[in-house]
Amino acid sequence: MAEPAAYAVRAPLIELTLARIRELTREPEAVFWVFVFPIVLAAILGLAFRSRPPEPLPVAVVAGPHSQARLAALSRDADLKPRELAATDAHLALARGHVVLVVSADDPPSYAYDPTQPESRAARLAVDAALQRSAGRTDAFAPGRTELTEPGARYVDFLVPGLLGMNLMGTGMWGIGFSLVVARNGNLLKRLVAAPARRSHILGAQLTSRLLFLIPEAGALLLFAHFLLGVPLRGSVILLVGISLLGALAFSGLGLLTAARPRTIEGVSGLMNLVMVPMWIFSGIFFSTERFPAAMQPFVQALPLTALNDALRGVMLEGSGFVSLLPELALLAVWGSVSFVVALKIFRWQ
Amino acid sequence: MDHASVPDSAVWCKGLCKRYGDVVALAGLDLEVRRGECFGMLGPNGAGKTTTVEIFEGLRVPDSGDVEVLGDRWRGDGLRLRARLGIQLQETKFPEKLRVSEVVGLFRSFYPRGLAVSAMLALVALEEKAEAYVRTLSGGQKQRLSLACALVGDPELLFLDEPTTGLDPQSRRQTWEIVEGFKARGRTVLLTTHYMEEAAQLCDRVAVVDHGKVIALGTPRELIASLGAEHVVEFAVADSAAPAVTESTLRALPSVEGVESDTGNWRLRVREVHRAVPALLAALAERGAQPTHLTTHSATLEDVFMALTGRRLRDG
Repeated sequence: MAEPAAYAVRAPLIELTLARIRELTREPEAVFWVFVFPIVLAAILGLAFRSRPPEPLPVAVVAGPHSQARLAALSRDADLKPRELAATDAHLALARGHVVLVVSADDPPSYAYDPTQPESRAARLAVDAALQRSAGRTDAFAPGRTELTEPGARYVDFLVPGLLGMNLMGTGMWGIGFSLVVARNGNLLKRLVAAPARRSHILGAQLTSRLLFLIPEAGALLLFAHFLLGVPLRGSVILLVGISLLGALAFSGLGLLTAARPRTIEGVSGLMNLVMVPMWIFSGIFFSTERFPAAMQPFVQALPLTALNDALRGVMLEGSGFVSLLPELALLAVWGSVSFVVALKIFRWQ
Repeated sequence: MDHASVPDSAVWCKGLCKRYGDVVALAGLDLEVRRGECFGMLGPNGAGKTTTVEIFEGLRVPDSGDVEVLGDRWRGDGLRLRARLGIQLQETKFPEKLRVSEVVGLFRSFYPRGLAVSAMLALVALEEKAEAYVRTLSGGQKQRLSLACALVGDPELLFLDEPTTGLDPQSRRQTWEIVEGFKARGRTVLLTTHYMEEAAQLCDRVAVVDHGKVIALGTPRELIASLGAEHVVEFAVADSAAPAVTESTLRALPSVEGVESDTGNWRLRVREVHRAVPALLAALAERGAQPTHLTTHSATLEDVFMALTGRRLRDG
């Protein structure tokens, strides 16, 4: 064996922060959920919703004296994929969603389709135009065509800022809340306070380690998204970093508040879910908040994760500047600072 | 507030009262711990020992009463006073995935002065475990780690709350050796325990605490001597013969100083076993009562507690 290792005496804030970092990095599950999971999720969802050439619309033609001519006419439109079926089979296929429209065997034909489905309505227009044209109708003019599929408008582009926001919320709340409650439950908080550890250092170490973890956590997801999925960053990198920091701080504040009183993991888990589930649903992680009715918008827009997601999307996808994101940033700052102040007031040390 | 604080007292309190709702934890407790002594608070669970110590440690505030620790009083966060204290709580769960040396290093960082981490680990016989995760330690090793964290700031006064509860005899002796080493350097220790052996082994003076009050105070030897008899004879007789044995008969036996009975078991406090036991056996034989068991032992602090309260320490 070598000489016994010399142990340096470091400042308490550094020691407390190191302890947090060591605890987290020695927990393989934590490393997975913080660093790997968001990337895996982005990759899977990005793959599932990747942009691809438009699929032709499947339609059925009921077998009859005109079916061959109609099939030929419909086949000329590249946006349609017609097939011939017996009447009962055709309607079954429509009911099951295998085809989006059925052309009857009558002359003139009638179209069976579901007008609440956009694909069905599109098929009706295309089928009707193709059949009318083959019956002799001529186009009054041939329109020009411009196809737009620019990066930044894909689902994965919408998704990545939302995932980043969700991750900042999850790790901020769990990272702080869980470790504080474990420490309280095991009398460690009390013991630290009994030894001359400053309360500000104990909580400061939680925040410091949280912000240090932000760098690899947000960095990994953003680098992956930008270089492998081609998600754009149109605004300033510094602003993006600033928004992430503010978001991490705001959710650390909420985490501190949630963990200010509970003595047990069960207790804090319930509270965490109470705080986070509404934001998972309403804050526009996976789909736009505009889908919610107008009456709910004041609630939806007041949520800190909505503000964070909007700000992240603004800077990444729209290239928004600091001034135009000020309302979102102010809302985040209010959430964070109010949570901190209240948490410190009601914090249970033993 | 004026009071007669003794200059060489390490801890001093008067009239401590504390209630938790309807439960009275402390009912006017007075205590003085002198510098350089090892002072024990002996009492059953719920006697108010932990509440008292946590008031001394500045972790609880008494409803009323005066407390002075190392000539100082608790105000604000009391960081300056804390730096002079070593505090071990009844149970602390240190982070499982930290190494032993890291935990001690963490606690060392809170104190303005103190021992080097490696020296501290040597003192509590954990050098071999310096790089081990807390999770891998045995109960006794965890307790010594906890002691190391209390001692690493080289405190003037060490508080130990039930330091060996739940430990095996060997770990208990190891803990005692560490405390004795600390005491040998002229430092002060205040410990609570419900093990009479521990109080007898470690403590210069012992306060017997029950229902939030000190009911006896002195050196272990003085307390045992206060029984007026150095030995205890315990016996029982078969139920059929029980009516034949009465307290007055037993009291009349030679050398017997005290008699207690508890559901058919008799306890005699006696000065000389060799005189009392033959007389006892003769008296029982005369009444046709065969003892179903009979034991004798030297009087202990447990007997002091029983003589004072009629209960055993462990009964709580």
